[in-house]
Amino acid sequence: MSENLNLEKQTREVPELTQGDKINTYFRSTFLLGSFNFERMQSIGFAVSMIPAIKRFYSTKEEQAEALTRHLEFFNTQPWVASSIMGVTAAMEREKAAGKDIDDAAITNVKVGLMGPLAGVGDPIYWGTARIVLAAIGASFAIAGNILGPLIFFFGLSAIRWATRWYGFKYGYEKGTEIVSEAGGNTLQKITQGASVMGLFVMGALVYRWTSVNIPLKLTEYTDQTGAHVDVTVQSILNQLLPGLASLALCFLCMWLLKKKVNAIWIIFGLFAVGIAGAYTGFLGL
Amino acid sequence: MSPLAFILVIIVAFIAGVASVVDERQFHRPLVACTLMGLALAPGSADPGWAISTGIMLGGALELIALGWMNVGAAMAPDSALASTISAIVVIQGHQDITTGIAVAVPLAAAGQVLTIFVRTITVFFQHQADNFAKTANFRGIEAMHISGMVLQGLRVAIPTAIVAAISTDSLNAMLNAIPAEVTMGLRIAGGMITVVGFAMVVNMMRSKALMPFFFLGFIAASAIPAGQSIAVTGGPADLSVALSSMAQLNLVGIGILGAILGLLYTQLNPLFHKSETVVVAAPSNDLDNELE
Repeated sequence: MSENLNLEKQTREVPELTQGDKINTYFRSTFLLGSFNFERMQSIGFAVSMIPAIKRFYSTKEEQAEALTRHLEFFNTQPWVASSIMGVTAAMEREKAAGKDIDDAAITNVKVGLMGPLAGVGDPIYWGTARIVLAAIGASFAIAGNILGPLIFFFGLSAIRWATRWYGFKYGYEKGTEIVSEAGGNTLQKITQGASVMGLFVMGALVYRWTSVNIPLKLTEYTDQTGAHVDVTVQSILNQLLPGLASLALCFLCMWLLKKKVNAIWIIFGLFAVGIAGAYTGFLGL
Repeated sequence: MSPLAFILVIIVAFIAGVASVVDERQFHRPLVACTLMGLALAPGSADPGWAISTGIMLGGALELIALGWMNVGAAMAPDSALASTISAIVVIQGHQDITTGIAVAVPLAAAGQVLTIFVRTITVFFQHQADNFAKTANFRGIEAMHISGMVLQGLRVAIPTAIVAAISTDSLNAMLNAIPAEVTMGLRIAGGMITVVGFAMVVNMMRSKALMPFFFLGFIAASAIPAGQSIAVTGGPADLSVALSSMAQLNLVGIGILGAILGLLYTQLNPLFHKSETVVVAAPSNDLDNELE
């Protein structure tokens, strides 16, 4: 009975997404997180981004309502890689509209199956590396009052963001469900690892460059051969061991605290308290 | 503050608030938000050029601290939007130094985080409204719910910013001047240390045993490559020192490029990424061997 129904449905012609639909979807997808909430996170944004495709593929109110309800399910991933998931989902919706035997659960499963692994790729590449590197370079210009700083950051990151969304959607839409096997594949893992290497390398450099801990606490003093007076402070000993050692130690302390689920803002307030106490006692200096 | 500046400030704050949840065009990052605040505060300011360049400088300084603040998964970062907009008013309108701006920014980032959690909870109501609209395929209704969520996020930054902007500069400065000197000094010292919290967040996200050597390598490389400040120019034309200081800024670009090269080499040489290729190549050759036998 149901097979007959499917055969009947298969004769339906479903139009492809037009260039205008793709541009519309892109624009909507840039507000994906707009109504982020703690119950279903990015779900309204996802449904809103799918509206051009739903309107194109389904003509009856019932089918449109079903599709909208489908896309109001829980969704959360790195926002920029979400576009490729939208592409895959659009391809599946089109097949479903054409009468292929795709049930609601299949579409949800593909979405849920992709959002985890792709967030695992997107977070280190875009948040951990691209934004960090561009922001660090931008900030180094901006500190001197150079307008190039914010411009490099804004336009550099915008280009990356735009390419990720636009080509991600196109790729997902053309490849369809094939992309699911690729998400766990070697190429993405390779890119993620390469980006992580770059990100960690830059982080190491920034810990040295931009973190300053100075402990001018005097331990002892002596007069050297030339008759000059030398103070031995905690800082001078640390600098002889390895310049920036205190910064590195502080970084690992913070990493440990963050792993213990201590909110970052409390660590920052704690450091403020340490700074004030250090200034008061003379234990810490600029 | 001139009426025009006041309106511009509220617009920038609203955009930063929306961006703080959307995380798309980065208008909530200090680097962009403080620059725009500088531009917004310029009209009516005694020295518009100074206002703009101070905004950029404050943005750079706050960006250092906020560098690692990010929303990963369901975890919430301190809010850089409210921190940027209000501290820009304090520094530019109140003629305070940038260190004071940083000290003000941190409690604001905490307050902003509480406000955004509040809004993200309210939005659950919009979610359920959207469910109802979906039942009747009401596209407009769902879009309206989406936009309402964004507007709330914009307002949660715009309203506190407007309140601070409305306070007179004199009373603002009186409040800031009431802070004892030891505290100010302590905050300056802490300013050098709190950058590390953001860095630690990033490292925690990406750390794996195999990749941690690159973190240490970066640390050592930075200590080996001289930073801009240590290049001493004695004598020589003034132009040379300008050229050198811009070279020193590019120094960080160099570190970025070095990191990219290392990433490329690591993935090219890593046997992990050659396994599948060799398997594919090996399979047909085995067949050939079998045939020859």
